[in-house]
Amino acid sequence: MKTFQLGGVHPPENKLSSEAKIEKLALPKQVTVPVGQQLGAPSIPIVAKGDLVKVGQLIAKASGFISAHIHSPVSGKVFKIDETYDTSGFRRPSIIINVEGDEWMESIDRNDEIRREIKLDSKQIIDKINEMGIVGLGGATFPSFVKLLVPDGKKIDFLIINGVECEPYLTSDHRLMLEKGEEMLIGVSILMKALKTEKALIGIENNKPDAIENLEKLANKFTGISVHPLKVKYPQGGEKQLIKALTGREVPAGKLPLEVGCVVNNVGTAFAVYEAVQKNKPLFERVVTVTGKSVKKPSNFLVRIGTPIKELIEAAHGFPEDTGKIISGGPMMGKAVLSTEIPVVKGTSGILLMPDVESKRKESNTCIRCAKCVSVCPMGLEPFLLAKTAKLGKFDIVEKELVMDCIECGSCAYTCPSNLPLLDFIRLGKNKVGQIIRNRNQK
Amino acid sequence: MNEVLIYAVVSLGTIGLVSAVILFFVAQKFKVFEDPRINEVEEVLPSANCGGCGYAGCHAFAENIVKAENMEGFNCPVGGAEVMQKVAAVLGLVAEIAEPMIAVVRCNGSFSNSPKKVQYDGIATCASASVLYAGEGGCSFGCLGLGDCVTACNFDAIYINPETGLPEVNSKCVACGACVEACPRDIIELRYLGKKERRIYVSCVNEEKGAPAKKNCAVACIGCAKCFDVCPFDAIVMKNNRAYIDYEKCKLCRKCVEVCPTNAIHEINFPLRKLVVKEESVKATTQETAMKVATPEKQENNTKES
Amino acid sequence: MSLLSISASPHIQGDYSVKKIMWGVVYALIPASLVAIYFFGLDAIRVMLIAVAASLFFEWLIQKYLIKGTDTYMDGSAVITGLLLAFNVPSNLPWWIVVIGALVAIGIGKMSFGGLGKNVFNPALVGRVFMLISFPVQMTSWPTSKPLFSEIADAITGPTPLGIVKEGLDAGLSVNQVMAEVPSFMQQFVGGIGGSLGEVSALALILGGIFMLWKKIITWEIPLSVLLSAFLFSGLFWLIDPTHYVNPIFHLLTGGMMLGAIFMATDMVSSPMARNGQLVFGVGIGLLTVTIRIWGAYPEGMSFAILIMNGLTPLINTMFKPKRFGRK
Repeated sequence: MKTFQLGGVHPPENKLSSEAKIEKLALPKQVTVPVGQQLGAPSIPIVAKGDLVKVGQLIAKASGFISAHIHSPVSGKVFKIDETYDTSGFRRPSIIINVEGDEWMESIDRNDEIRREIKLDSKQIIDKINEMGIVGLGGATFPSFVKLLVPDGKKIDFLIINGVECEPYLTSDHRLMLEKGEEMLIGVSILMKALKTEKALIGIENNKPDAIENLEKLANKFTGISVHPLKVKYPQGGEKQLIKALTGREVPAGKLPLEVGCVVNNVGTAFAVYEAVQKNKPLFERVVTVTGKSVKKPSNFLVRIGTPIKELIEAAHGFPEDTGKIISGGPMMGKAVLSTEIPVVKGTSGILLMPDVESKRKESNTCIRCAKCVSVCPMGLEPFLLAKTAKLGKFDIVEKELVMDCIECGSCAYTCPSNLPLLDFIRLGKNKVGQIIRNRNQK
Repeated sequence: MNEVLIYAVVSLGTIGLVSAVILFFVAQKFKVFEDPRINEVEEVLPSANCGGCGYAGCHAFAENIVKAENMEGFNCPVGGAEVMQKVAAVLGLVAEIAEPMIAVVRCNGSFSNSPKKVQYDGIATCASASVLYAGEGGCSFGCLGLGDCVTACNFDAIYINPETGLPEVNSKCVACGACVEACPRDIIELRYLGKKERRIYVSCVNEEKGAPAKKNCAVACIGCAKCFDVCPFDAIVMKNNRAYIDYEKCKLCRKCVEVCPTNAIHEINFPLRKLVVKEESVKATTQETAMKVATPEKQENNTKES
Repeated sequence: MSLLSISASPHIQGDYSVKKIMWGVVYALIPASLVAIYFFGLDAIRVMLIAVAASLFFEWLIQKYLIKGTDTYMDGSAVITGLLLAFNVPSNLPWWIVVIGALVAIGIGKMSFGGLGKNVFNPALVGRVFMLISFPVQMTSWPTSKPLFSEIADAITGPTPLGIVKEGLDAGLSVNQVMAEVPSFMQQFVGGIGGSLGEVSALALILGGIFMLWKKIITWEIPLSVLLSAFLFSGLFWLIDPTHYVNPIFHLLTGGMMLGAIFMATDMVSSPMARNGQLVFGVGIGLLTVTIRIWGAYPEGMSFAILIMNGLTPLINTMFKPKRFGRK
């Protein structure tokens, strides 16, 4: 069984919602659509207060190259354009829309029939993906069309599709592969056509045998797409780790996967690409897992962007009494949120409600130099050293010890027997070193 | 026996001699001339090596001031006027008298003014918490209370008051600016110490509109500009929904303090007023007035913490 | 409902803990302890109890009155130090020497650096070497092992196999003559040779090592590189001149080789962090041990070899970095 070699951990999988079929969530009364949902520059609103919008109508334009269009997830009246709280409690500009009915743009093909024939050529596909505001749905929310623009002289050997879902608890990609497998594979073919590559590798961890079986069966109908079961190991969903696991190629430090002839996309993105290209449907809804040990009904919902997460929790039979922490994303890399008012955005893969007893950090002791963090680091760094030097403020050493290679997967802090907040300090060092490097480059 | 003795004496003697000659030439070659005044200046300086003057320690300061041959732009905040007079005497120059300054913490989001909405459970540095989230009270501009300023202070002049969770500056402050540098939210500022140590400042740096600011903190500056209107000296600047008192223009007349609806403007070391007794940490007693001002945005945040 | 807590990722922590690791090592030492008790009887129990109790006591005392930190004596590390200390001494050692050894091990070897995780040298070895140098006679009069309930009278002392070989070879005897006097390999492997408490049975120690490997308390790098390098290095001389140098298997099975390779060199605190560094560390120990055994003044060199390499650990840590992803 393939996997990446360096480091990695195996946290309890806790895929509680893996049997729950994707349900359509009822429309909320009001949606809050932040204009900064993607990696890169925030979009610029092009609607004003009081405007009537339809589902799928463009409401905010991309600003700059690395940015994305945002489309209205609902139909109704723009209530206002104002700042609202984001995941971390900071205020960000958003478009707030009061929902009235559910009127879609006529251009969107709402027929359930699967459209198999790919009519557009490579350039048209990339433009379409840009137009429909597709971003990477694995969590990084990098505008997808940018990834597809291959510079002259570079050849893409493999399109890699990330169906690993190595984060514990999350099941949205798993369900998508099961229920929308064929659509997703058409999406993969579209991406292959856009990239002009003949081979696509789909990596799936073997804790999802049903998804592997389903896709393997379906992939026979497509040319060049192969499904590869991978050994369960976190952080296999990391771009560099996945490329290593599937092709054995190692992306050089500080370089993009392009360097080794690979482009990585998430299965969710592939599905969104299918809908965008074949059905002309912009990205305004996504699958979100709502889960947690005390959640009465762990579920996977198809949710409109902008829906407050409290509605999702309500639909999963309510907010458990013992909730101590709400996490947007998975437990290894997700963000703790400050309130349930925050909206679902393009990058929200799951909402995890952690019971009180589990949510508090364990008391930390001194480092016993056991080297567990070194052995689990997928980037071959020495977390204990980075954390220690960052704590002492010796940022020159932090930089020299390659802190910028860190992918913040959290394996070190997860595995530390002394429960040291290693990643907190490493992140601190990374921020400071990033500043130092920026200052130096400016000079 | 004698032979051994002679060998030892001769060989060791020769080695010593050769080394001495080498050392002599090396010393000649690498001789560094240092202005003796640098040493003299350094002796006068307080040797705190705090960097408050803008140079890397007292030696660097001495080096630069001797090289510059004038006192312009040089000030040792630790030693103050007294030390600068001495430095001037050493260099045969006239010292510029700089107004003494002190660090001021411009946030009053104490536990009672800005109640905790969430519990932070990470490492105790503001630098990392300020990137992670807004703050326990919900204000994304306010003090995080984790004490990066305390760690940065070399003079034991700032500490976190456990009752309010906010840093307080005491009289040991030499205005070196280390805490100003350390604060990731730019809450701490150096201001004139003031006559009789009297100071007036806006104790809030929140740039949000009135309603959301007020929702998180009872004593937030809501940007109502009442103080701006009342100030006879044009010392108040309104920018980004908040007031700022220019300490160079402020004449300490206290008019702004009286009109502030949220008690965001603080006066320190003034005698008590006859009618209204104001304390430094004011409770949220003037909410009605605040709400009047904030009506336009009132509806904006119908959000409630769960 | 209490306040939601906010922290940076990761939000879950594995179920490793310092306590689990330390007590895991203690469990791994059980087979060897049982063998020691079997061969040395009540004396073994006495030495082990005194060593463990004294280590715990000194750890508690220093933590409470000198360092004034949180109590750490129950985290199991002092128990390990005590047990390893006992494993490194003869069973007939007077109780007060054991106590002094524990004081040096915990006081100087560990707490003077600031406690668990900060010591440079393996505490048990610091104690052991201190005793070896201060009380050479008591430390090198080993009782010959006698199985429990057997009828042999007490207090027969004799040298260890390594001592016999060393003395014999120094006296100019050939290897064959010397080897006739030492126990067979089988005996060395299963148990029953003279020596310190923990040295009598390689098998019991290997069992403990396998347990620790299974529980992921240690990694294979250090023990394997120590044993392999010692085997190859001594084997080289044996191939060149089998009449003057003993069989490499003999080197592996006798003295503190197994104990050192599996339990002492693998001490997390004083061994290197990166995998390649650990290999270098292990090879260093193997070479030094054999060097001391063949040419040194002492018949046994494991303790010194480990201590020397412990001292080099910070250097190894800066010189040998893990394989970085995406870099050469």
